[in-house]
Amino acid sequence: MTVNAAVKWLKRNLFSSWWNGALTLLVLYIVWSAIPPFLDWAIVHAVWSGEGREACLGPGKGACWPFIFANLDQFAYGRYPAELRWRVDLAFLLGLAGLVPMLIPRVPAKLWNLGYLVVAWPMIAIVLIAGDRPGLVGVDTDLWGGLLVTLIVAITGIVASFPLGILLALGRRSEMPVIRTLSIVFIEFWRGVPLVTVLFMASVMLPLFLPQGVHLDNLLRCLVGVALFSSAYMAEVVRGGLQAVPRGQYEAARALGLSYWQTMGLIVLPQALRSVIPGIVNTFIGLFKDTTLVLIVGLFDFLGQVRIQLSDMHWSTPQGAATGYVFAALVYWVFCFGMSRYSVFMEKRLNAGQIR
Amino acid sequence: MRWSWTDPRMRALVWQVAALAATLVTLWYFAAMAHQNLARQHIATGFGFLDNTAGFGVVQTLIPYSEESSYGRAFLVGLCNTLLVAALGTVFAVMLGFVVGVARLSTNWLIARLATVYVETLRNIPLLLQLFFWYFAILQPLPGPRDSLTLLPGIFLSNRGIVMPAVETTPSTAAFVLCLLTAIAAAIFIGRWAKARKLRTGESFPTLIVNAVIIIGLPGLVWLIASAAFALAPPVMGKFNFEGGWRVLPEFLALLLGLTLYTAAFIAEIVRAGIQSVGRGQTEAAHALGLSSGQTLRLVTVPQALRVIVPPLTSQILNLIKNSSLAVAIGYPDLVSVFAGTVLNQTGQAIEVIAITMAVYLIISLAISFAMNLYNARVAIVGR
Repeated sequence: MTVNAAVKWLKRNLFSSWWNGALTLLVLYIVWSAIPPFLDWAIVHAVWSGEGREACLGPGKGACWPFIFANLDQFAYGRYPAELRWRVDLAFLLGLAGLVPMLIPRVPAKLWNLGYLVVAWPMIAIVLIAGDRPGLVGVDTDLWGGLLVTLIVAITGIVASFPLGILLALGRRSEMPVIRTLSIVFIEFWRGVPLVTVLFMASVMLPLFLPQGVHLDNLLRCLVGVALFSSAYMAEVVRGGLQAVPRGQYEAARALGLSYWQTMGLIVLPQALRSVIPGIVNTFIGLFKDTTLVLIVGLFDFLGQVRIQLSDMHWSTPQGAATGYVFAALVYWVFCFGMSRYSVFMEKRLNAGQIR
Repeated sequence: MRWSWTDPRMRALVWQVAALAATLVTLWYFAAMAHQNLARQHIATGFGFLDNTAGFGVVQTLIPYSEESSYGRAFLVGLCNTLLVAALGTVFAVMLGFVVGVARLSTNWLIARLATVYVETLRNIPLLLQLFFWYFAILQPLPGPRDSLTLLPGIFLSNRGIVMPAVETTPSTAAFVLCLLTAIAAAIFIGRWAKARKLRTGESFPTLIVNAVIIIGLPGLVWLIASAAFALAPPVMGKFNFEGGWRVLPEFLALLLGLTLYTAAFIAEIVRAGIQSVGRGQTEAAHALGLSSGQTLRLVTVPQALRVIVPPLTSQILNLIKNSSLAVAIGYPDLVSVFAGTVLNQTGQAIEVIAITMAVYLIISLAISFAMNLYNARVAIVGR
């Protein structure tokens, strides 16, 4: 019975015609020639324990996992002093405490929650991580690295671009020609140039535009560049939401005598922003992947830190590069895939009303 | 107009003047700061440095270039390299993206799954990481030129990239190319004539076969009568590396591979959404009219899907072009790497170099947007 069902399923889904059958066999061959060698490299012939490069040397050896295990702390914090890493952990946990209720649609008080995440928490986190307050030991940004820098760049980019993006989107939809033109020029400029050139600009050109004596360190300069860059993309996402709000909503609000800012703040933006949550999450995914580019201008984000540890003589092996990059890919993939699933979930939830 | 704050036109005017003034003051402030800082550091401004001798070599040059060439020439070399990888990447990414997008909708369970795995894996890993992977983990550990892998007879893959026979011209090349162009022109003419005749009389004309015969036959005749139009000059193993032949740098390979595979994942999703946007009723109606599956796809589904596909496809192509600037991380001599990297370091002309680089990308972006908007207008619904 079940065998019969299985054969039926196979016939319908894999061998419905000669052409389909041939394709199935071709794909099976591709899968067969790719997956077993990879598993062999990653698991069967991989090295799982050892103290240094000697363990991973030798013919026929696969991935060098001890290299990853030994450097996990560096991947997470960079050269951040070990005895102070609890401050980073604390800042991270405080952020998580604000983020989790924000992401669950049923939890109330979203506005307060957003306020905490966008205003209060960044300030607390900066004080904790930089430690530039009396009573705390300061940690220079040169020492920051790894996932810490990746998250700082990504989160700063998204938090700073949120208000800026909303203003730009409103400006682009404004009826005042000068404001509209300025917004369009600003948005299209940042969207038209690659992030690499923006980062180059931030690291080599920005210092020339600052008054004498004002010094921004490299991380801060890159953050400015990333924030401006992502605000243009955020503006386009928000604009999509603004356009989706029916005209009647604007007109009804104006008929009630609400001012422009009251109309936007109380009527239009709450509807517009809710409808673009998936778009905002997707922007964040893009930004999260783009943070890797900061290594080009000499910051050590997660990928940059993996590269530094790879050049460590103590662990330099033929399979080191592949191991390090596969591990890094896995970490980025888990973050990005998780976020994209959340975006799909929100999209379904938002469209629930439209499905009959 | 009265000078009153309650007048909306008055308010609009005040806001706009204020915004313009704030922008101008900011720009002026930055300009003044830059002027002051440059004067203090004794950096000359202007674009005169473009005529100075560059003095550095570039590993891939599509136009004549040597160390004695100027910085302006180096800029052009970088620009050509960027355009080369962007053009090839776009072509490959669009082709692969369409295949994977259609595969995701395949009724074949295995193919649909494989396409899904491809898309979800590739688009959730940063492009830079993928470039590093292809370059440092796959291409660099390949054997050296002496122990090259043979991809096809005469084409070798090693850690120095791909080496293949160079295609050289012979005395009959000009005649061959001329015949080929004539044949293509004739084929286009026949195609138009056949279409017009079919619209007028309903009679079909075997366009495909006739055109194939013309395009293959006419240049083929030249090849047979005169002599081979092209000659292959295979690479020869020298002391350390291959000599002669055409070489493809490993940096170029890694960049092209990374850009193509990454962008194709996004294009596949766009293609899938586009095809799904065409209602089921359209396909059913086409079948009911007696169109075959191929005809349905070609005449009904694809033209409607293209309307949905083209605008987001444009932005993916623009992304690919902008992402080609990641070349700087693996050392492919593109515009950013050569100009915003080496030239900037040598001259210190930060403002000019960055401004030129950004302007180039802006111009490319605007030009592509313009071209794709024209194309989009062609495929858009014709209003009545």
